[in-house]
Amino acid sequence: MADSAYVPGLFIRSSDAPRHSAIVRVTHWINALSFIGLLVSGIAILLVHPRLYWGETGSVDTPSLIDLPLPFVFKGQNGWGRYLHFLSAWFCVLNGLIYALSGFLTEHFRKDLLPAKADLTWRSLKRLDAEEPLSYGVHQRLAYAGVIFFLFPVMIWTGLAMSPAVTSVFPAIVSLLGGQQTARTIHFFVAAALVLFLLVHVAMVYLTGFTNHVRAMITGYSIARREKA
Amino acid sequence: MSKLSRRRLITAGLGTAAGASGLAVAARLADRHGLIPPDHGGIYGVGETVTYASQRLLMSFGSAARQFDRSQITRVPHPNYPVGPPNDETFERLRKENFADWRLTVDGLVARPTVFSLAELKGYPPGTHITQLACEEGWSYIAEWTGVPLAHVLNLAGVKPQARYVVYYSLQSGWWDSIDMPEAFHPQTFLTYGMNGGDLPVQHGAPVRLRVPRQLGYKNVKHLSRIMLTDSLKNIGKGLGSAAPEAGFSWYAGI
Repeated sequence: MADSAYVPGLFIRSSDAPRHSAIVRVTHWINALSFIGLLVSGIAILLVHPRLYWGETGSVDTPSLIDLPLPFVFKGQNGWGRYLHFLSAWFCVLNGLIYALSGFLTEHFRKDLLPAKADLTWRSLKRLDAEEPLSYGVHQRLAYAGVIFFLFPVMIWTGLAMSPAVTSVFPAIVSLLGGQQTARTIHFFVAAALVLFLLVHVAMVYLTGFTNHVRAMITGYSIARREKA
Repeated sequence: MSKLSRRRLITAGLGTAAGASGLAVAARLADRHGLIPPDHGGIYGVGETVTYASQRLLMSFGSAARQFDRSQITRVPHPNYPVGPPNDETFERLRKENFADWRLTVDGLVARPTVFSLAELKGYPPGTHITQLACEEGWSYIAEWTGVPLAHVLNLAGVKPQARYVVYYSLQSGWWDSIDMPEAFHPQTFLTYGMNGGDLPVQHGAPVRLRVPRQLGYKNVKHLSRIMLTDSLKNIGKGLGSAAPEAGFSWYAGI
């Protein structure tokens, strides 16, 4: 951090500025940990009843929307899944709020994550650049923005829509979706989309220089830049 | 450099002290306002406490479990009855006589400990609501429930001001739970004896089941036998508030 040029009252974006700001780095790893907690506990919760329904209600005595090809396990000993799910959810949501607030205030979202209007043409979307630019390409921007502004908010919304206590205060959050079981089913598919994102994200990091990327997300700098400084 | 580090040290020390005492004050305030659940210990306790406190505060602005249309009632409500009825002669005898000899004891921190018969409960002004019962496992059903609001029975017994929890026991041994006073006095919390227009079936908890529609299914204990008011859950069972946390489930189930 001492490497970056700093004039009181004026922050200069120099080539020595970190690739990821401190707040992005800290919230990234807290988010990674809480996501693992949510994923593991989410799978445990799903494996108590791997059947999905549409509408308000559903049980083994009613028709399902999808019978997932998974076994019914954890019957009667699945309480830890819920405990861990909500503990991780609080970390994820509060950490996400700090990240989102700083993303708007520092203009990180506008500068680094939202694609430029000019880039949203079919031609530029079709083009896959192999080189690694200093800023994110349009596909990366779309993927990250989609996760941050669509998938995570939908996860929180559908999660709250399954709570009888929360919906007793805000009934609209579940009636807008069409029912508690619909919320559960959407929660499952959006979770699957987030897992798909995670797999692609880790694969891309691996393919384009794992050590360098992970170092940049921990220290703020990749090796190449550090040598220059 | 040394000046700076000393100043930093003092600032950090003061900050830590302020943070710690702030937390202590917050914890005491939260406890006084009934925002700390009995299962607040252990690694999951933090999440549990934040969930319970935030939902309690949210619900204090007014809340009612969603109600449904008669046409939305589930035709086959899943009874989830893996253990069957209480496996003893007493329950069999009660059932054969249509629960004429069944009694509900209300005691603990009440002015007038009272014993109610099923006929007496049915004699009070009944309430009905069509609400959803959602199991923590993920399945759910909608039914019409008929009963007497728990608040009515609690008022008859006269709850003492120091009471903070309502503990309720099943005829099924080892099955008990508890709720806080806002939940106990909520107008939708029923001592339910009727379901979908008929008597409450044995599989659904005859003769009386506590219906807590703003929480998950497992708080809705079947085959009630006793209600006890207390100011502390510490000396009941393992002190976690109900049989559920003893089996690894959270005490508060507003989710």
